[in-house]
This record gives sequence, C-alpha cells and structure tokens, in this order.
Amino acid sequence: MDLPVWQSLFDSLADANFMVVAVAMDSRGVEAARPWIEAAAPTYWSLIDPEHRVASLYGMVNVPQAVWIDEGGKIVRPPESAGSTDHFRGMDQVTKTLAPDDAKARLAARTAYMDAVRAWVRTGAHALPGDAARAALPALTADMSLAHAHFRLGVWLQQHDRVADAARHLAEASRLHPESWNMWRQTADLEQVGKSGGPEFWARVKALGDKSYYPPPNLPGFAAD
Amino acid sequence: MATILTQTNEYTVDAAAGLQVTAADAFAVTGWTLKPEGMCLGDLCVPMPSAGGRIDLAAFWQKIGNPVVSEGDVWSLGVGADARRDGLAGLDAPDFELQDLAGQTHRLSSLRGKKVFLSSWASW
Repeated sequence: MDLPVWQSLFDSLADANFMVVAVAMDSRGVEAARPWIEAAAPTYWSLIDPEHRVASLYGMVNVPQAVWIDEGGKIVRPPESAGSTDHFRGMDQVTKTLAPDDAKARLAARTAYMDAVRAWVRTGAHALPGDAARAALPALTADMSLAHAHFRLGVWLQQHDRVADAARHLAEASRLHPESWNMWRQTADLEQVGKSGGPEFWARVKALGDKSYYPPPNLPGFAAD
Repeated sequence: MATILTQTNEYTVDAAAGLQVTAADAFAVTGWTLKPEGMCLGDLCVPMPSAGGRIDLAAFWQKIGNPVVSEGDVWSLGVGADARRDGLAGLDAPDFELQDLAGQTHRLSSLRGKKVFLSSWASW
C-alpha cells in the first residue's frame, strides 16, 4: 500500500516546506477508505474523493498517480505513475507472489521514485520546464469529458440506490474513456467488492499486450515505456 | 423538480419540459446571468432563447461546449474538454476542496508556498 510509503517520504522531509496530499478515489465514500487511512495514520493530508473529482481535473486514469506542484502552485510534473511498475503482471496467479528478481526490481523502482521526489523537494531536481510540463499533460478529449459527466451521474445514482441506472452510466463512462482504470475498477468495485482485482481485471490487463499498465515516469531508474 | 449535479455541487431546482429553469436557478448553478442579449458572464454574452423568464439550461450548457447527461430528472452538467485543457495549459494546478476522515475540508490552494506531492490511491 502507498499510504505508509508516503508517510515515510513525508517524515523524511519534515523540515522541508512540503506537503503530501493523498486523495482516495473511493465512490463508496469515507467508510471504504477509513481502515486504510486509520492503519497508516498519516500526518499529511488524506482526503476522500467519492466523485473522482481530482482525476477529472488533472486527467488521472490510474492509482497511484501523482502530480508535483511547486511553491507557486504550478504543475512541474503532470500525472504519472507514482512508483508502481508492471512487475505485478508477472505474478503467479496461484500463490500471488512475484519471482524474486521481479520483487527486487519493483522495490528498486519504488525507492528510485521516492528518491526522485525527495531530490525535487530538496533541490528542485526533476521539475520539468514549462514547455516540457505542458507537453507531458494528458491529451484530454470530448469523450473523456463526457465520460466524467456519466461517471458523476453514475456515482450519484449508486449513492441513491438506483443501482441499475447507475450501472448503465458507469459502463458508458468506461466505454467512452477506456484508458481510465479508475473508472473501470471503481465501477467493478461498486458492483461487487473484490471485482476490481478479479478475473475480468486480469483479462483487461492481459489485453494491454505490450502496453504498460503503469507507464514508467521519465525519471532516473525507470526504463522508457 | 430536477436535481442538477455540477462538478462540486448538487442543486434541486424547479424545472419544466426537460431542464427549463428560472433565471435565478440558472445563475445559482452556472454563475451566468440571463439578460435580453442572452446568457452572460461578465462582458461575454451567448445568445439564448428564453420564454417566461426560463431558459433551457441543458441546451445552454452544451452550447458553451460542455457535456450534459441525464437519467430521468437527474442531470449531470460536465466540464468540456476545451475548458479542462485551458485549465491545465497555464500549468496552474487546478484547485479543489475535499474532506478528510474527520469531515474537515482542505483546499489545495491553501498550500501555496509549499511544494505539494498530490497523489491518488483507492481502497479497491
């Protein structure tokens, strides 16, 4: 889980002018996120986003993704995979374990990512110049905007126990914005807890073929996608 | 009555024939004002037919480039791709308010002056 990792990051930068803002994309609401947050007991901001508003605002499509924002409120790294890698795709489906080399590589990538965040906070390293940051922004389309409108409606209908109507709008959201794992997995979770990581999820991951589930960030320690 | 969902709010309004709402409700939901020349925001006016002081809010919202979807009497007014792109193009981090477990509201822009690592996760 990411929350304790981010706590370590935050603790190691306690003397810096820095904040972690962790946003839980949880349409089931506070109670879905509560056990994880209470276990991690974060001292940084830990917020709940049932409507996935932040994903809509920033064009996030997966978790964990992160955006780096400087002291002036400028985006210096648009949304990117926040230290997670595709090694999980090689997981043994029976034992749910990774080969030792993959486990090691996964840990090394996560460490490299957190080191990069630390270097940025301390020295400004890895902050993208304006043009490069703009070039790295997600390419937002009309279909994605429409998908977010359906998703917002679907979540509201679900919260008001109009489950069949909700399912239609949530499915339409995923159809319009197939790159959004957040929408697909949240929808699966609303249908049934556990489904977001079930056989249909693995089939979708397999269907990616050579494409990444977690596109590697352009940072030291990560191979180009 | 109709329920209108915007990005951050939920409104219950008196609506007729789809989403024909009063000028007052249209203003409350969108911030745009109904004037003789149309729907206006500051100096900008978009021609928009109105009858009996009501306008078709769904038609207006789409006319200015935003998606509208509905289910029965519940309407979701989205934000169009152009507006989203414009919001990001200057690289100013889009602001938002969300609550923590205790129900306390936090606003991103109140962290101005600090570096922020904005990260997403989920229980699922």
